[in-house]
Amino acid sequence: MGKCVLAVDDSKTMRDMVSFTLRGAGYTVVEADNGVTALKALQAAAKVDVIITDVNMPEMDGITLVRKIRAQPQHAGTPVLILTTESDQSKKDEGRSAGATGWIVKPFSPDKLLQIVAKVCP
Amino acid sequence: MADDQSYDLTRFKATYFEECAELLAAAEETLTRLQEGGASADDLNAVFRCVHSIKGGGGAFAFEDLVHFAHVFETSMDALRSGRAELTPHVADILVRGNDVLGDFVRAAQEETALPADHGADVKAQLASILTGGTPAPAPKPAAAAPPAPAPAKTGFATWTIRLTPAPGLLKTGNDPLLMVRELAGLGDMDVAVDASRLPALAEMDALAAYLAWTFTLVTDKGRAAIEEVFEFVAGDSADVVIEQLGDAVLAEEGDGWGLFAPMPPAADAVAAPVQAAAAPTAGAHPPGAKPAGGEAGAGGIHTSSIRVDLDRVDRLVNMVGELVITQAMLGQQASGFSIESHPELVQGLQELSHHTRELQESVMAIRAQPVKALFSRAPRLVRDLSTKLGKQARLVMSGEGTEVDKTVIEQLSDPLTHLIRNSLDHGIESPEERMANGKPAEGTIHLGAEHRSGRVIIQVSDDGKGIDRKRVLEKAIEKGLVDRGAQMTDEQIDQMIFAPGFSTAAQVSDVSGRGVGMDVVRRNIQDVGGRVVVQSTPGQGSRFILSLPLTLAVMDGMLVAVGNERYVLPLTNIVESLRPTAQQARTLVNVGDVLTLRGDYIRLIRLYDLFGIKNAITDSTRGLVVVVETEGGDRIGLLVDELLGQQQVVIKSLDSNYRPVEGISAATILGDGRVALILDVGALRIMGERLNRAQVEAAAAAQAAE
Amino acid sequence: MSDNTIRQFISFTIGDEEYGVDIMAIREIKGWTASTALPNAPTYMRGVINLRGAIVPILDLRARFGRNATETTPRHVIMVVAVGSRVAGLLVDAVADILAVPAEDIQPVPQLELVATGFLTGLVTVEGRMVALLDLDHVFAFEDMDLSELNAEAAA
Repeated sequence: MGKCVLAVDDSKTMRDMVSFTLRGAGYTVVEADNGVTALKALQAAAKVDVIITDVNMPEMDGITLVRKIRAQPQHAGTPVLILTTESDQSKKDEGRSAGATGWIVKPFSPDKLLQIVAKVCP
Repeated sequence: MADDQSYDLTRFKATYFEECAELLAAAEETLTRLQEGGASADDLNAVFRCVHSIKGGGGAFAFEDLVHFAHVFETSMDALRSGRAELTPHVADILVRGNDVLGDFVRAAQEETALPADHGADVKAQLASILTGGTPAPAPKPAAAAPPAPAPAKTGFATWTIRLTPAPGLLKTGNDPLLMVRELAGLGDMDVAVDASRLPALAEMDALAAYLAWTFTLVTDKGRAAIEEVFEFVAGDSADVVIEQLGDAVLAEEGDGWGLFAPMPPAADAVAAPVQAAAAPTAGAHPPGAKPAGGEAGAGGIHTSSIRVDLDRVDRLVNMVGELVITQAMLGQQASGFSIESHPELVQGLQELSHHTRELQESVMAIRAQPVKALFSRAPRLVRDLSTKLGKQARLVMSGEGTEVDKTVIEQLSDPLTHLIRNSLDHGIESPEERMANGKPAEGTIHLGAEHRSGRVIIQVSDDGKGIDRKRVLEKAIEKGLVDRGAQMTDEQIDQMIFAPGFSTAAQVSDVSGRGVGMDVVRRNIQDVGGRVVVQSTPGQGSRFILSLPLTLAVMDGMLVAVGNERYVLPLTNIVESLRPTAQQARTLVNVGDVLTLRGDYIRLIRLYDLFGIKNAITDSTRGLVVVVETEGGDRIGLLVDELLGQQQVVIKSLDSNYRPVEGISAATILGDGRVALILDVGALRIMGERLNRAQVEAAAAAQAAE
Repeated sequence: MSDNTIRQFISFTIGDEEYGVDIMAIREIKGWTASTALPNAPTYMRGVINLRGAIVPILDLRARFGRNATETTPRHVIMVVAVGSRVAGLLVDAVADILAVPAEDIQPVPQLELVATGFLTGLVTVEGRMVALLDLDHVFAFEDMDLSELNAEAAA
């Protein structure tokens, strides 16, 4: 069975891009449109190998999501990548503090996305 | 930016623009609320996210102008939501304009047209000025607008994970984990995760044994030594303590456009939950393969209350159901010769098929239904902006925003509705002075309402203004040659004249009525989606525009009628009754034409064969059938047809897509035998009938004069 | 594109005349089926038919050229063509041939006082027969159809 990625973004466009790219490379992708639904998805999904989350989202933002994920023992080690914009150094810092594994700058190329996902989830 | 654009981004564009439209509308709605002074932190966040998402997607498609503008907008919204800038009414106005300009950029990107290089530059500068507390600042260069990245060293903070797995005997040594936790929390921001996997069943529990393990995530500037100090007395002997710096000050790995905060373990196995790993050495721990807490929820059980579906897919479904309705009608026709006695299963089965088809069709249509809220959301701003511009006072009252109607109807109604509201403000609501002089409150009221009524959606735009000036309308109609001088017209007929093609002049629609659209175009737009519009007016008290729209576009109930060798479909909703008139009822009056007397009322009789030039039809009205229909304006006319062929559900097919609009025909449909039948447009038939009648009466008068 | 490009046409007859339509425009060729008349339409509009769920207008080419309406039999043919985003049918007598014509062999249409000339893009001679090539955009210019006379006629 392929690796499972949880893609969290309130923008359908972004989710589509992430999913399309990863599915094309053989990953299973579960989508969620904010932190709250992401947590539900995590609970429901049998296994999630990587989480990719946007930062700015309604209901629950990406940073809070990372904290909540890290607070769950079973996901303490699941790689979490945050999607930030180029300028957002502060978000990178917040993400790091919250326990994120790494970041990807939006917009990203498909190759780059696959490269980093493969890196955190060999 | 991405160095690889080789894969096709266009596939995502449709989603993006669809999303943009939603985001812009949502932002507009929220901003309008902000303008009215009802700001909450959530609202500011919401607008920020809208702009942020538009920018994010725009970046992916390299819509640079859009991204530059969105960036300035986003930066201002960020300042507002974080309290670094203050939301004043002036600022709210700027934001509304900002959203408009952002919309321009989105549209330009969608239509692949270029906007002038300085498009929205003024608004961009105003948005930027929000950051400086309203001091007008020159439009910042997009690249420079990015806040300078804080130097990593400045923070000095680092994130640590500390895993504390006490030996069972920890408590007996007099160490209290709680004290350690408190002390640790004093060092900075901390999150705690408890691992209770070592907890034995209650009966086996030793009150003095430590079963719990903890993982702390700590953000602190104190350094490793301070953390180690906390565990000074327990580390090693009475507890297993692992301290790791998560976010190293120096990044583990960084590439172009991505980065890792810590080096990744070499193999996937090592990623296994560290808490469990830490707990493993202790006796009594669950096997490492233990199910995670949420595992029992089962695979694939992600519950969401809605899904997004591409409209094309829904339309394919709608079309297929349409075909199904036709097939079902065809089967019904084929089987009409069988009686329930001779073929009980067949007849019953067909009845069930008919029932299920209808239910399926209704369910599919419901997918396309959307609340009219999206349509109404622009109205508050329109009323406010326009009343200011016109020097009038008006308030908007809305009702029934939740009423659902087909998505296409909503899209098509946007312009007509805007025009009707403009019209009400422009021509209906009087100036405050005039209103007060007439004993009305200075502030006029415009009511925008929607409701379901007998299978249709009724949208009304009413005002308490001065009403239609019938004298002027009539004068103008005569002047334009739309009616003859001396023609006898009821008040209602005069009111409807405003919809006549050519009635609205360019001068009238110039400024406020905006896009050069006349009321005839409004009516045309509404008719295009199978709707009708009428106006009711009371002088001095106001006007009411009533739009009647089909709930769904694709299917309707019709009555199949025969005229000569042709068959037509009459919408069931228009039909009042049908009768075979007596010679006394059907009369031809001199100078009036064909009429039908019905319970003391005269209604005009329209001979469909005459109107459409159909041969071999019944011409004697006492031998054919008259279907009395009511137009949306409330006018009743009698249509002479040969016979009624029966009621049936028809799938509406466009005539325009391969041909052109045909007067008197609203659309076409396919009957059970595969032949095409045309659907009659009753309102248009009335107008055609009037015209034909006038010509015939005139011709008769001319013939008489010649004798 | 140089002039030696080969273009393909499907030719059909109206009486003893032969006309050609670019093969790229043709969607299908089907036997005549009864159409539903459109009210107050010009004589050359035969009405509309159901083509697999779509409403497709049928134009009588003979009548479009200003002659009498075609007296249809089951042997008559409808050539379904795509014109821009539209699909429409041409009622013709019979399909004649498939022609491959070098573009350089296509002659301009002489300015004759015939209704048909306005609907042609060129002439070509194949094996001694003259084939007139149709300008479909012009033939199917529904928007330009002047219905005012028809309306006046109907009103009279």
